[in-house]
Amino acid sequence: MSSGPRVVIIGAGHAGGSAAGFLRQYGFEGPIVLVGEEPIVPYQRPPLSKAWLKGEADADSLSLKPAEWYAENGVDLRLNTVAASLNRGARTVTLNTGETLQYDVLVLATGARARKLPIPGADLKGVLELRTAADAEDLKAALGPDRRLAVIGGGYVGLEAAASARALGSHVMVIEREPRVLARVACEVLSNFFQDYHRAKGVKFELGAGVQGFEGEDGQIRRVVLSDGRKVDCDAALVGVGAMPNVELAKEAGLACADGVIVDLQARTSDPAVFAIGDVTHRPLPLYDRNFRLESVPNALEQAKQVACDIVGRPAPAPEVPWFWSDQYDLKMQIAGIPFDADSILVRGDPASAKFAVFHLKGDLIQAVEAVNAPPEYMAGRQLIGNRKPISREKLANPAISMKEVAA
Amino acid sequence: MAKITYVEHDGTEHVVDVKPGMSVMEGAIKNNIPGIDADCGGACACATCHVYVKQEWLDKTGSPSAMEESMLDFAENVEPNSRLSCQIKVSDELDGLVVTMPESQH
Repeated sequence: MSSGPRVVIIGAGHAGGSAAGFLRQYGFEGPIVLVGEEPIVPYQRPPLSKAWLKGEADADSLSLKPAEWYAENGVDLRLNTVAASLNRGARTVTLNTGETLQYDVLVLATGARARKLPIPGADLKGVLELRTAADAEDLKAALGPDRRLAVIGGGYVGLEAAASARALGSHVMVIEREPRVLARVACEVLSNFFQDYHRAKGVKFELGAGVQGFEGEDGQIRRVVLSDGRKVDCDAALVGVGAMPNVELAKEAGLACADGVIVDLQARTSDPAVFAIGDVTHRPLPLYDRNFRLESVPNALEQAKQVACDIVGRPAPAPEVPWFWSDQYDLKMQIAGIPFDADSILVRGDPASAKFAVFHLKGDLIQAVEAVNAPPEYMAGRQLIGNRKPISREKLANPAISMKEVAA
Repeated sequence: MAKITYVEHDGTEHVVDVKPGMSVMEGAIKNNIPGIDADCGGACACATCHVYVKQEWLDKTGSPSAMEESMLDFAENVEPNSRLSCQIKVSDELDGLVVTMPESQH
């Protein structure tokens, strides 16, 4: 394999690993170097808080491709390696090993990192985050019958970990600064539903509660100190308070950045020879007429395809509606779209039955749908968001009328 | 190992050995076979691993769950032998299975 531009991909997560895969799938024959910070081949992160934590998935099933795929397909995979600097003028990347790589096309897939709490005790043993397989190992080791887990942050990562921890017999306390869980990402109906569901499964909540520090003994965390001085005993604390894009390499090289590296719909940065994909990007969302940073696997895959298509000269892939999913207990949650500019909320079905969907509407257009155990609402909603077709609110509100008919 | 044949929409065949216990979707993804996207990695959340199971294998692959069925209901180009390949577990019984891919998963 030698004909074609030299492609260097920095970051071997879901985005970077998939970009290498799509390039070979599309027949690209040039050299590919894939540089990853972690010690293992590219893998899927979503199961880390779900199936993997509960012991239902192993390392093999997590990996995107078998370890031997890279060598067999001419992908020069460098693990335990990070890019130290980028020289766009010379088109080189210098690695922490001291080696300098020449590129014709550079793909930045540096991802995001867990936000840390700058409070006393944050470096105690047992204060955990959940981003990588190694993080998940540490969390798994801290869980089990009668172990006590404090979860700081009631977002998706925190709630999924709480559900898995309950399945493993741990006691769980979720501590959330806002008055409700999922406050940043979901509406009140959904927040209340998840709180009630988790409570019924034995999870306890401290809502509207800040955290001022962690206390330990012999370097090991023993309790979380809330803002009002109360203390929550625990054996481990999982901090899940959001993620920050790893933009440093791009920023230092002078690439345009906002909350993430700014890219266009081909995932190209302000330098035509440099692309960026995945969680690190600040990308256009034509459906909503704005730019935004998405943290999701579907986004990573969509942008990996955009880059691979551009490099091999294929037509750009069809634009997609952003979507997300979350599994907690026996709940399958599927979200399509983002509720930008929504002016009303319509609930279809009864949350008490654990089978319902929340539609975010702008006039008669669906901007987003959050579906719990309701695949038809999710699937039809996603189509209706994509094709911008107005719906009848009356029909949508009536679960006796099928989503096929609503969408017709 | 079970030998599985994946046929792309244009007729291109890929024959690979898949470890029992893996799903038919995983067999395609790990071998970088085009035509199955599997955006959600097997959570039955996206319907982008849609395949057609060759008629004579329908008994052995079983029937879809209610969840899978309602996802398939809204996928494109659905036929009576449509399945989500993440929901078909590979076993020695499925040695020789043939699945065909739709034109597009999106």
